[in-house]
Amino acid sequence: MAPVATPFFFYMLSGIMLLGGIVVITRKNAVHSALALIVTLLAQAALYLMLYAPFVAGVQIILYAGGIMVLFLFVIMLISIERSQKERQFNKQWLVGIAAAAALGGLFIAVYTKGKSLFPEGQLTYAEAGNTQAVADLLYGPHSGMYMFAFEIASLLLLVAIIGAVVMAKKRI
Amino acid sequence: MTDSKTFSPLDLDTPEKPYLDANELVINMGPQHPATHGVLRVILRLDGEKVLGLECVIGYLHRGVEKIAENRTYTMFNPYVDRMDYVAAVSNGLGYCEAVEKLLNVEAPPRAQYIRVILTELNRIASHQLWLGTHALDIGAITPLFYTFRDREEILKIFEKYCGARLTTHAFRIGGLQYETYNGFEQDVKNFISFFKPKIDEYEELLTTNRIWLERTKGVGVISGKDCIALGVTGPVLRASGVKWDIRKAQPYANYKNFEFEIPTGASGDTYDRYMVRMIEMRQSVRILEQAVAGIPEGPIMAKVPKVMKPPVGEVYHSIEAPKGELGYFIVSDGSTQPYRVRVRPPSFVNLQALDLMCRGQLVADVIAVIGTLDIVLGEVDR
Amino acid sequence: MQELLNYISSYLSSDQTPGGAGNFLWALIYILLVFAGLSVAVIAMNWLERKILAHMQVRLGPMRVGPHGLLQPFADALKLLLKEDIMPDEADKLIFWVAPFIVTLAAFTVFVVVPFGPTHAITDMNIGILFMLGVSSLSVLGIVMAGWASNSHYPLIGALRSSAQMVSYEVAMGLAVVSAILMTSLNQQGTGTLSMIGIVEAQQAQGTWFVFKLFPLGLIAFFIFAVAMVAETNRAPFDLPEAESELTAGFHTEYSGFRWSLFFLAEYSAMIAVSSIAVTLWMGGWLRPFPNALSGSTWNLVFSLFPGITFLFLAGMCFYSTARMPKHPYFRIQTAGLAIFGALLALIALVLFIPAVRVRIQDIYWFCIKVAAFMYLYIWYRGTFPRYRFDQLMKVGWKILLPMGLGVLILTAFFGLWSTTHTNLWHP
Repeated sequence: MAPVATPFFFYMLSGIMLLGGIVVITRKNAVHSALALIVTLLAQAALYLMLYAPFVAGVQIILYAGGIMVLFLFVIMLISIERSQKERQFNKQWLVGIAAAAALGGLFIAVYTKGKSLFPEGQLTYAEAGNTQAVADLLYGPHSGMYMFAFEIASLLLLVAIIGAVVMAKKRI
Repeated sequence: MTDSKTFSPLDLDTPEKPYLDANELVINMGPQHPATHGVLRVILRLDGEKVLGLECVIGYLHRGVEKIAENRTYTMFNPYVDRMDYVAAVSNGLGYCEAVEKLLNVEAPPRAQYIRVILTELNRIASHQLWLGTHALDIGAITPLFYTFRDREEILKIFEKYCGARLTTHAFRIGGLQYETYNGFEQDVKNFISFFKPKIDEYEELLTTNRIWLERTKGVGVISGKDCIALGVTGPVLRASGVKWDIRKAQPYANYKNFEFEIPTGASGDTYDRYMVRMIEMRQSVRILEQAVAGIPEGPIMAKVPKVMKPPVGEVYHSIEAPKGELGYFIVSDGSTQPYRVRVRPPSFVNLQALDLMCRGQLVADVIAVIGTLDIVLGEVDR
Repeated sequence: MQELLNYISSYLSSDQTPGGAGNFLWALIYILLVFAGLSVAVIAMNWLERKILAHMQVRLGPMRVGPHGLLQPFADALKLLLKEDIMPDEADKLIFWVAPFIVTLAAFTVFVVVPFGPTHAITDMNIGILFMLGVSSLSVLGIVMAGWASNSHYPLIGALRSSAQMVSYEVAMGLAVVSAILMTSLNQQGTGTLSMIGIVEAQQAQGTWFVFKLFPLGLIAFFIFAVAMVAETNRAPFDLPEAESELTAGFHTEYSGFRWSLFFLAEYSAMIAVSSIAVTLWMGGWLRPFPNALSGSTWNLVFSLFPGITFLFLAGMCFYSTARMPKHPYFRIQTAGLAIFGALLALIALVLFIPAVRVRIQDIYWFCIKVAAFMYLYIWYRGTFPRYRFDQLMKVGWKILLPMGLGVLILTAFFGLWSTTHTNLWHP
């Protein structure tokens, strides 16, 4: 199916993402922040869809919006709102913050201008159908399973993190 | 838990202690709550879903029954006692009538005794049925409620045929009965016995071996026999904790000594044991009914009682085994037509004291199960 | 004009879903049809649940509004719409307002990929099943928001319970789903699919529903899903978030009127949605029973008569009830109404017997009848089981279903590989 109004949707979703991000850091009520973050994540999933990566989009929704954010909310809901409303929201180190932001922005611009060779010219076309199979092939495929090793290391890391979380949370094992 | 000395009342005045960033929750269960069986208000202090302690607030249904008694003659007060434990009105009447009879030193004739036992045991079954239905409903099984109400209807029909009332029957009079049995009373009771026996199996089929039911009731709301005695808890709750105490056997009243029946006891004192004890009690009540209906003697139904009752100066305590536990009446007579003081020992009220002890360390859902298993009637708690 | 007609008719000759064919008009028509059908199904389910539950419990259920209470759902809907819409003073207004819509939206959106037939889906996605799980998991957010925004203890506890419950059962559910997806790859090419239509086609190609595939592995996976899906939809015996006897009504305690009815709508459409997943993954989706063993034109004819017979049976029941209606003049309108309803059903049955309709309606019929069986199970559970306690619920989810799901997944992978390399062992 031919894409429709791609620039419009791209800018709309990006706008939603940015807006959501700003709301996340400016709200005093933590629950509102979390909900804005969910909006951001959903918009990001939609962007993945526009990049013809439906599998990544689906995983984004299941894991982040449906799983992790629910756990976030779970914890945040129990926090007393009255107290967090009184607390100071931003710390006063403006200078450091501006410097860090400027450095990061400079890095981005430098990469974009100097490293043009890194970005391929023209458009890549991905097949919409068979996307999941393509991902699987890249991860585990017999011929092109080039990310197998990286994937397994990431899995191991996650396993260690899970065990660590259990050890830290439980008083007695 | 089992040591009654560790039991201290819940301190609601100290400020709430923070737990991580989450505060302890204090929630109000009732007085308008679907599972508090009327207007009981329970203030729960929770850590997450774990109960740290609770306090019962009662009195929403207080009508001053005991005070009313002081301004009524002995006969006039009789219907009032039906309004205390309204699901077991016949038992209440029996206890009161027998207490006054003791005071007057008269005894109801044998035929009246038999009919009293029949009606009381029918009422015990009706009360247990209502308990089973609501208790199962609290734990989430909705269907048993309708089964028990269908079968309870048969008992109420017998009551209605006998005395015209279904719930607050006022079936007995001091000294015996007012009404002779209607034609076919015995047949009705026999029909009920044969109708009801398979129904108990039906209830048990739904619950007794149901895995979820077992998980929800086993090990929930455990109370030891020692704690029961310390708190004055009686009835099926006490028996489920392994104490073989039933006033029908221990201090036989009416003519219970003429009947053969077993007293079921439990071992662990948890909700499941209380459930089983009551289920077996229903079967035993049927057994008593069978014997009683087969042996109703002929004869008068009313002893010789003066029209104007003036019991001699003195006091009497008489207790019976109501469906919910020991129901006692303490009556002081000053020789006039009205009692000087009536004090009721209601089983529901006393049993309710054990709620805190039974619920500590359990979850919110268990509080509901424990309130159900205590089988309280707020009309009797508040009087 | 001609172009427009071509645009409309071009889809009819294509062999795809409207989404696949890229035909927006037909996609819109399909969306409207699916949502209208869903609303009817929820209404019917509302009536059926009350009736069936009542008959299980020696009651009659609704009897007053319309013959045998047939109009009761409409009366209820009217009542809910007319009710005052109460919002607690201390509630978080925006979130309180938006929560029911999120739940409803999530519950309805999943039907985009539900395949009622090889071409009868709004669209077929490459990530179909992933999309369904993902979007339905978003409804937790709505529930959490509703509970928190009410600013009251009971809804908060209800929301906490339901979020914990849904997140934990999603894990077991996902594992069961993955083991079913693994089975789609047991073919010559060795490639599976996540597409809902593809999964059913794989069952057709392999000649067996996945419940019976690699027996008993498919059955165990199906069982895990069947338990988890009840927990996911907060229904008895896992209805703790709305445990009536403990938390009054759980997360929607503070809701009333129209907003409450949205939660109701969402709950029932979520039930239908998860049942559709179960049907698609394990029960062969739109396939009729024994498409391979009992093939041939005679059997095709016999099975194609089923939709008509079903409606004829329903019509017969209506006529039987009409004959049994009291003869009192008071019931005249009700009796006539029931007879008209029966005649309507009979008319539908006759339409379904027309060969052209008969052949085309089959897929949808078999899919719906399978989903209906699951819906009946839901009602049956509710009439039979007591409610789990929260910790027990978690124990069942994490300590029983999750290890079982993992084991089934590993065994499915192992025996699946085995069966493709040693074909004779499993499929002689």
